[in-house]
Amino acid sequence: MTPMLALIRRDLALARRNAGDTLAAVAFFLLACGLFPFGVGPDPAVLARIAPGVVWVAALLAALLPLDRLLGADYEDGTLDQLLVSGLHPAAVAAAKAVAHWLATALPLLIAAPFGAVMLNLPLGAMPALLAALALGMGVLSLLGTAGAALTLGARRGGVLLPLLVLPLAIPALIFGAAAVEAAALGLPARPHLAMLAAMLAASLPLAPLAAGAGLRAAVE
Amino acid sequence: MDGNAAPRGSSLHRFANPGRFMRLSGAMLPWLAALAIAVSALGLVWGLAFAPRDWQQGDTVRIMYVHVPAAWMAMGGYLGLAVASFVSLVWRHPLADIAAAAIAPVGAVFTAICLITGSLWGKPMWGTWWVWDARLTSVLVLFFLYLGHIALTAAFDEPDRAARPAAILALIGAVNLPIIKFSVEWWNTLHQPASVTRLDAPAIHMDILWPLLVAAAGFLFAFASLVLLRMRTAILERRARALMLARAAAARLPEAMPA
Repeated sequence: MTPMLALIRRDLALARRNAGDTLAAVAFFLLACGLFPFGVGPDPAVLARIAPGVVWVAALLAALLPLDRLLGADYEDGTLDQLLVSGLHPAAVAAAKAVAHWLATALPLLIAAPFGAVMLNLPLGAMPALLAALALGMGVLSLLGTAGAALTLGARRGGVLLPLLVLPLAIPALIFGAAAVEAAALGLPARPHLAMLAAMLAASLPLAPLAAGAGLRAAVE
Repeated sequence: MDGNAAPRGSSLHRFANPGRFMRLSGAMLPWLAALAIAVSALGLVWGLAFAPRDWQQGDTVRIMYVHVPAAWMAMGGYLGLAVASFVSLVWRHPLADIAAAAIAPVGAVFTAICLITGSLWGKPMWGTWWVWDARLTSVLVLFFLYLGHIALTAAFDEPDRAARPAAILALIGAVNLPIIKFSVEWWNTLHQPASVTRLDAPAIHMDILWPLLVAAAGFLFAFASLVLLRMRTAILERRARALMLARAAAARLPEAMPA
C-alpha cells in the first residue's frame, strides 16, 4: 500500500506544481457551461431544464482533458518503465494514477460544479445530488480514462483517440448521473440513480485497473 | 503461399499456423463467397418480393429482412472480435490479432446497415428517424466501440504494437453486448422485444421466419468470406512488408560495412 500512496503523493505534488493543467480543465468546464445560454437562449426555464445534462457533459469533457498527460509524460521520460520494475503490480500503478486523476482533476471540477450549475439556473435543492452524482461518476470516468490512456500510450494522435475510446463507455454513467440530478431538481428521490452509479463504480474499481495494467505492460514491452 | 510446416502439439496451433491458414482459407474462400451471394440473394428475393405483407405494417415489414440479419451480424461480429481478442491476449497468437483487425471494419459496416435500415423503418412506423430508446442507444454505442477499435488498430506506427491495446479495448467493450441483448427486456421502450430467439416457439409466422433465417445465413456467409478475405490480405501485406524490409536491409548492408 505504501508504494501506491507514494505514487499518488508524487502525482499530486506534480499536479500542484503544474497547477495550470487543473485550472485549464476547470476553466474549460465553466466556459462550456457558459456557452449554452448563448446557444439555446437565456430563458431561465429552458436552462433549468437542460442544466443537469449540460453540467454533466461539460464535466465529463473537462475531465478528459488531462488524461492525455496522465500517463503520457511518464511514458515519454521513462518513469513508467521505472514504476513497472519497482515491484508494484501494473494494476496498482494504474489504480494509483486513477486516484490521482480523481483528486487532481475531478475534485476541482466538483468544487466548480455548483458555480456552473448556478449559471444554468439549476434549483439549489439539486446541488447535493449533483455533487454526489459527480463524485461517483467522475470516479468511474477516472478509472475508465486511465484504462483508455494506458491503451493509447505510444499511439499516434493519442489525445484525439482517447475521447473516442472513453466516451462511449462513459455513457451509462452519464445517463444515471444526469438522471439523479434531474430527479432531485423535480423533488424526487435521487437515491436509486446514485445507487446505480455506485454499482458502476464498484464494478469498474477492480476491472478497469486490471485492463489498464495490461495496457501499461503492453506499452513498455 | 504454403510455407513452414505446422508446429507439432496442440490442435489449436495446427490450425493457427499462417501457412496452413492460407492454404485452407484459399480453398474455402471461393465456395464461401459463392454461398454468400447465392443464399443472400435467395433470402432477400424471397423476403423482399414473395413473403407475405404484414397486415399492419404492409410492405414496410420487408425492411426487417435486411435489418434483423444485419443486427445479428453486428452483435455476433463483436462477439467474434471479443473471442479473437481473448485468444490473442491469452495465447498471444498472431492469427487472432489479424482476425480481430479483420472483423472490426466488417462488423462496423453491418452495424451501420442495421442502424440505417432501422431508421428507415422507424420513420413510417414510429413517425421518427431516431429515438433515444435503450436498444437504439446501445447499438449506437456498439458502432462507436467498433470505430474506436478500428482507430486504435490504425494508430500505431508498427502494426504489431496495436494488437494488445486493441484486444484489451475489445474485451472492455464486450460489457455492452449483454446490455444490447437484454435492453428490450430490461427497459420497456419503443423497440419491440425479441420475437425469434425465445425459449418457446418464435412469435412470428413461419412464412416470415423462413426467408428471415435464409437471409441471416446468407449474411453470415458474407461476413465470414469478407473476414477471411481481409485476413488473407493482411497476411500477404505482412509478408510483402517483411520482404521489402529484408531487401532494403540487404541493399544497404555493403555500404554500411567499413572498407
